[in-house]
Amino acid sequence: MVGAGGKVEGSVMSIAVADGLFLESADGIVLMAGRRKADGEMRFPMPKGPEAALYDAMRLAPEGKLWSYTVQRFRPKTPPYIGDDDDKSFKPFAVGYVEFPGQVIVEGRILVDDPATLKIGLPMKVALEAFPTSTRGDVITYAFRPV
Amino acid sequence: MTDVHIVGAGIHAFGRTPDMTGLDQGVFAVREALADAGVNWADMQFAFGGSSAAGSADAALPRLGLTGVQFINISNGCATGGSSLLSGYWAIKSGEFDIGVVLGFDKHPRGAFNADPEASGLPMWYGETGMMLTTQFFAMKIRRYMDLHGISNASLGRVAVKAFENGALTPHAWRRDPVDLDTVLNSQMVSDPLTKFMFCSPAEGGVAMILASDRKMRELGLTGPKVRGAAVRTRPRGSFEVFAPSLDVERGVAPTVLASKAAYEMAGVGPDEINVAQIQDTESGAEIMHMSENGFCADGEQEAWLTDGVTSLTGRLPVNTDGGCLACGEPIGASGLRQVYENVQQLRGRAEGRQVANAKLAYSQVYGAPGLSAVAILEA
Repeated sequence: MVGAGGKVEGSVMSIAVADGLFLESADGIVLMAGRRKADGEMRFPMPKGPEAALYDAMRLAPEGKLWSYTVQRFRPKTPPYIGDDDDKSFKPFAVGYVEFPGQVIVEGRILVDDPATLKIGLPMKVALEAFPTSTRGDVITYAFRPV
Repeated sequence: MTDVHIVGAGIHAFGRTPDMTGLDQGVFAVREALADAGVNWADMQFAFGGSSAAGSADAALPRLGLTGVQFINISNGCATGGSSLLSGYWAIKSGEFDIGVVLGFDKHPRGAFNADPEASGLPMWYGETGMMLTTQFFAMKIRRYMDLHGISNASLGRVAVKAFENGALTPHAWRRDPVDLDTVLNSQMVSDPLTKFMFCSPAEGGVAMILASDRKMRELGLTGPKVRGAAVRTRPRGSFEVFAPSLDVERGVAPTVLASKAAYEMAGVGPDEINVAQIQDTESGAEIMHMSENGFCADGEQEAWLTDGVTSLTGRLPVNTDGGCLACGEPIGASGLRQVYENVQQLRGRAEGRQVANAKLAYSQVYGAPGLSAVAILEA
């Protein structure tokens, strides 16, 4: 498995940040979206609760193209952020939207050594990230990384 | 149907006022607006007001007078002030009321706004993993816009330089010192490509306006700009808004485009007839994109407009003449009304030091979370 700025092996017992966001398929990690039965509008994540009945769950492609991006340079406020709770040790991270052609555009954290190499249109693939939290150890979330 | 006029306007200077609550600043603004019009609180037949983080606007009642007046609290995200104005406009336009007040005030803690995923109908993990920040949204919207339409970093910087130049000339502004282009461009990066000086900050302030029907205005011997058009619109399918875990691949227009079009139609004027404009500049990129979303220029033309100073005080279409959100800060409940206040000053020839010559038609547009826009067009 793939971690923040490095590698984390799958032997660690880590819990997903939320259920139903992603799964490991033969093609690699894919995101789980919902397609509204009435008009085909797609959204990520697949809605939960009463709204879920109006959607069909579907897998997104394992790869897409970078649609836009930025770098989060300051530590987001807590709540809601549960990552690093120390301004001094906080490390900026890239975040962006990836377009899965013909499907939907999804926002996610980006795993990249040098954000200056990011460019709109860059091929990106879905990955998993071990996200260190200040409250419950590492959790696994989805992220994007350049192909 | 009657015309609606703004016969009085008051403001408490934006920025930080440690010894006053948000409510104090709202009450201050109402008293100023009443004095400006030369009317009394007891004359008010209605009030619409709101704040985002400083309590209920109708908490002003015990201070202003328990007259039994119809007072409705407005809460509509970043368009709270614009929505109060629109509500007052309708109240008079409908013929039910002749005179009333709209007010907005706020007082926010320092730094970026805390966002609550569940309050926005979003899953907790979205905020927990660091994606629920308005700053990120604005950065990503302008990043894509710059790539698609050839906007440079220098243009982002020029917007901020202009804002601080204008703020230096404006008594109600918070940031009163000019900042040069190099300083703007080389200041701390907040969310690429936007630096610290390109972002506005949460702030404090209060604004109030007295609205009156044409008949009431004449009866009282008052004058004031006419509201030619006013509209609020929310995000249509395919628009790119704050706090969106996913977006449609089929892209649509922004809510500002809808609100703008509606207001122009009501007013029966086009963007080329506007003499002065206050448009949402949460950050430099927002002003650039809103120049186009409000119909003032085509996508990409901003680059030349900013280089040529078209939107500077002496240009063809001065934009954000009081320094906008960049120089005034953004107290959410008051921000949209601050724009209208500045337009009233411009149209009444009271904008000393930053007066736009011969301004007849003034335009304002406030935009923000969760994806809505409010536009007002005033005529001198």
